[in-house]
Amino acid sequence: MMIEKKMIQLDKVSFSYEPGRPILQDLSLHIHKGESVGLIGANGAGKSTILKLMLGLLTAQSGTVRVDGLDMNKENIATIRRKLGFVLQNSDNQLFMPTVEEDMMFAPLNYGMDREEAEKKVDRVLEQLNLTDLKYRHNHRISGGEKRMAAIATILMMEPEAILMDEPSAALDPCNRRIVIDTIRGMDQTRLITSHDLDMILETCERVILLDKGQIVADGRTEEILKDRELLEAHRMELPFCFAGPRYR
Amino acid sequence: MDDASLLWFNSKAMNKMEKALHELNEMDDLAAMDSPIHHLSPLAKLLTTIAYIIITVSFHKYDLSGLMIMVLWPILLFSMTGIPVRTCFYKLRIVLPLVMAVGLFNPFFDKAPMLMLGNVPVSGGVISMVTLMLKGVFCLMASFLLIATTSIDALCAALRKLHVPGTLVTLLLLTYRYVGVMTEELAIMTDAYHLRAPGQKGIHISAWGSFLGQLLLRSMDRAQDLYNSMLLRGYHDHFHYVEMKPFRMKDALYTLGWIAVFLLVRYVDVAQWMGSHVMR
Repeated sequence: MMIEKKMIQLDKVSFSYEPGRPILQDLSLHIHKGESVGLIGANGAGKSTILKLMLGLLTAQSGTVRVDGLDMNKENIATIRRKLGFVLQNSDNQLFMPTVEEDMMFAPLNYGMDREEAEKKVDRVLEQLNLTDLKYRHNHRISGGEKRMAAIATILMMEPEAILMDEPSAALDPCNRRIVIDTIRGMDQTRLITSHDLDMILETCERVILLDKGQIVADGRTEEILKDRELLEAHRMELPFCFAGPRYR
Repeated sequence: MDDASLLWFNSKAMNKMEKALHELNEMDDLAAMDSPIHHLSPLAKLLTTIAYIIITVSFHKYDLSGLMIMVLWPILLFSMTGIPVRTCFYKLRIVLPLVMAVGLFNPFFDKAPMLMLGNVPVSGGVISMVTLMLKGVFCLMASFLLIATTSIDALCAALRKLHVPGTLVTLLLLTYRYVGVMTEELAIMTDAYHLRAPGQKGIHISAWGSFLGQLLLRSMDRAQDLYNSMLLRGYHDHFHYVEMKPFRMKDALYTLGWIAVFLLVRYVDVAQWMGSHVMR
């Protein structure tokens, strides 16, 4: 596949929450259109910060963030956010309308789509994800796995060009985890997934970026990086279960 | 496990905060029930409730007999919706005593006898106290029925239709959402506290400061995430409320019909009229 254009660019980006303790320092990374990239690293490596910078929820202290050729600034932020869909780690924080249907219509209505059209789109997306029975369910009454899928559905309603996911398989049982993995694999948008679930990254991403202390320490093909025990262990990670096999018997 | 045991188990298993959250969610469930009243336009229900409250409050302080007839509307609504009356009183258990306390001092200020109950004279103060209490209880019942038959989002949409400022309505809606978020955090923290303080009743006073501080920080974090999620889905100070059921002929008939009945009860002494017909 010929990948030509950069979807997300971070050039020499630095960020710190408090002076003297940088989270990211001169970090540069490019994600091309159509790519599926896994962003991995130990806790505190800066994964979530990178996602927030890409979404304009945080502002870099230096360097540039560019999405689909647009510089992150006040003028472009609305356009940029329309291009990106973000699936939060905690689906409860993503679903705030009373029913799944209303939550799914939230973004299209904000973007000026009329209600009738939005309703049709809800049906299409729910059918695509095999979730038609969730349509009228109350958000507080559905299971964790259903919430995660509903959260993904709300993002797909925006028809984003790239989807950013923060720990999409966290706190899911094996069956729901499988459903989420299959859903991600079925997407054709650019995808950036942060996760500690390396087996899931292996299944859903063709490229992996390994972060440690705000620096990129490896960037390459998923299988090559995730098979490298030395590299992973040097940066407080472990081989994925499928490569390591059972450690304890 | 039968239903009663399950209820007992649930009440024991949940901590106070979880119960509060459960009760909050129960209101959404009540609003999602299926009855002729649930199918009415929220605007019709809102207007009728407002009219009911205004007319109930406007009864003269000694007009107890007229006021008593006003109870028929909530009772009829309870039977039509299938919502148990005890659910209403259970959910209002905290505010009811406050409402009942209104007018508690009237008997001390207004001692003039107004009527005789057998040989017992009843003072104007007692009658006005009972009237005030009933007014409060009736208004609370009407408000409960409105919320129990209409989702908060539909209610907000109706308020917007009545040109209540958008900022106020959004504030109401988001407060309702964030109360849930805060209660959830509080439930988690209370559980965590009690697991490390077995046998202790409540939160010890020495932990209140840090407990409340943590609760605030955690709630703010979650509220920030929620707000971010809204921003990332195109929210910009204008909330699109759920689609309100259209205001049809039956809604107009319901609203106008009930307002007419309320006015009739208010300005015609129905009790006396009925009494005189029975006597005849």
